[in-house]
Amino acid sequence: MPLRIVIAEDSVLLREGLISLLERFGHTVLVAVGDAPALVAAVTADRPDLVVTDVRMPPGHTDDGLRAAVGLRETDPGLPVLVLSQYVEQSYAGKLLDSGDGRGVGYLLKDRIGAVADFAAAAERVAGGATVVDPEVVRQLLRRRQDPLQRLSPREREVLALMAEGRANAAIARDLFVTEAAVNKHVSSIFAKLDLPVAGDQHRRVLAVLAFLRA
Amino acid sequence: MHARTAWQALAQRPLRFLTSAWPWRSLAYLVSGVLLGGFVGAVVLTLAAAGLILLIVLVGVLLILALLLSGVYVARFERWRLRLVDLDPAPDPHRAPRQPGVRAWVDTRLREPATWRELGFTALSLVGLWWMDLGVLFGALAVPVIVMASPLDDSDVTGLFFLGLLLLLPAPYTITAWAGARAAFTRAVLAPRDDELGAQLSEVRASRARLADAFALERRRIERDLHDGAQQRLVSLSVQLGLARLDAEPGSAMDRHLAGAQEQVTLTLQELRALIRGVHPQVLTDHGLADAVGELATLSAVPVRVDIRLPRRLPPAVEVTAYYVVAEALANVAKHSGARQAEVTGRLHTDLLVLEIRDDGTGGADAAAGSGLTGLADRLATLDGRMRLSSPAGGPTLLHVEVPCHSGS
Repeated sequence: MPLRIVIAEDSVLLREGLISLLERFGHTVLVAVGDAPALVAAVTADRPDLVVTDVRMPPGHTDDGLRAAVGLRETDPGLPVLVLSQYVEQSYAGKLLDSGDGRGVGYLLKDRIGAVADFAAAAERVAGGATVVDPEVVRQLLRRRQDPLQRLSPREREVLALMAEGRANAAIARDLFVTEAAVNKHVSSIFAKLDLPVAGDQHRRVLAVLAFLRA
Repeated sequence: MHARTAWQALAQRPLRFLTSAWPWRSLAYLVSGVLLGGFVGAVVLTLAAAGLILLIVLVGVLLILALLLSGVYVARFERWRLRLVDLDPAPDPHRAPRQPGVRAWVDTRLREPATWRELGFTALSLVGLWWMDLGVLFGALAVPVIVMASPLDDSDVTGLFFLGLLLLLPAPYTITAWAGARAAFTRAVLAPRDDELGAQLSEVRASRARLADAFALERRRIERDLHDGAQQRLVSLSVQLGLARLDAEPGSAMDRHLAGAQEQVTLTLQELRALIRGVHPQVLTDHGLADAVGELATLSAVPVRVDIRLPRRLPPAVEVTAYYVVAEALANVAKHSGARQAEVTGRLHTDLLVLEIRDDGTGGADAAAGSGLTGLADRLATLDGRMRLSSPAGGPTLLHVEVPCHSGS
């Protein structure tokens, strides 16, 4: 299903690249803007299915784009936002994942855009309510977080990392060359070890991801 | 060893001393002292007399003021003249006036102890030193010459000529010794006191801080240029390659070439990101010290517990310095300490940032032993901050850092 997308990116070159990429995969770019206030205005005027935004943007040239996205999700918690970033640092991703219930958000390093098909798929997953976190960011988090993640086995951590990328069990099974039943077992074990509530599987996946994104 | 003062020159071997310039320099010093004394004496007496007489019409006040401040100029000339017999410079003890203009200058000078010291020195010169210079010159040079000259009148006592010559021989020593003593006294009175040097030192420190700030600013500019320029272009290039791959037949030679090129771009982007983070950690600018140190902890090989709680953002210079202090300390922990666990705590006590980095390693760290900590201590000093290192053999090691941060600075 084609998505209606708003893009915010201050580099003209990259903005054009993103437009042709997303349109190539059949989506509609409603408007592409170059600064944070324009992003807020565009989304307020016509609510898109997905916001794709840069972190560092005018007017402040700090994390204006990220803050605008977080602000938009405060007024509209269901608004899917995919943030493109040059920073591996988890505090950026953390601010985004803390907004709303952490669903329908994505944080990807800009390096990933080049893998166009994967990028388009990630955008669609975020628009569908999934949480997608860049593998590089996750790797750093796994290095840092000790408890309660210390309780997880290495295999469970791998599964959790893939969950953080927004993958379903079937996709995780393919990646790790195991059966889907084995993945299901790992996922239940992760939920148990992280003391996550039993109800609502999709929500628990998000909570598991958030568990190690929060300090 | 080369002599730097007249007195040091006296201690040299006689031949070396006598053939050096020191006796002549000392002679020049004393002669100029006599001339200066005569000139200043005349001027001062005139000023004093005219000032007292004209006091009735108030113009005299100005003349008396000039008299009081005359010491400033006499002393300036004395310090300059000092170089004849003392090669080390004697700096000016005066402060620069706060504002331009004659009034501010007079105001500043009258409030300085140095001015009154110089006036006292001038008075003493006129009353005592001038005459003593004259006396030494007379005794060392004129007396032997008179003795030598007397045989010309009386041919019977030719022996007196040799007596005079004998008296003249020690003259270089007498003159140099008095010149040295005179110079030592001049330096003691006219050179700046420690607290007067303080004003100059704080100026040096301020200029060092400005330099450090300029470096920090430059690093931020480089970071921004790389982020807005090279990084964005490389990402765009990667997107173009990705889109081109969509058009290439999967598995074809074209597809493989494009994939290879794209991988190169991705690796370049990763290296560039690491480089940029080294130049300036943007997370510090965006999210502050606590988050930035948290990220440092993730990169550390030794597990680090971070507990930094600050009620507000700190001035940028403080944040940057504190960040690099922690970065260096954690690097040392990983490299040398053999620690299994490290901890970074940070609190703001009113206007004082207190950071503590401790580890459970083997200790024996030495801040002076060429570690990067020495450079950071210098950087801290530009902010009036300081650090203390406690690292007994066997551990544990604790680095305690304090940086004052006045809000708005």
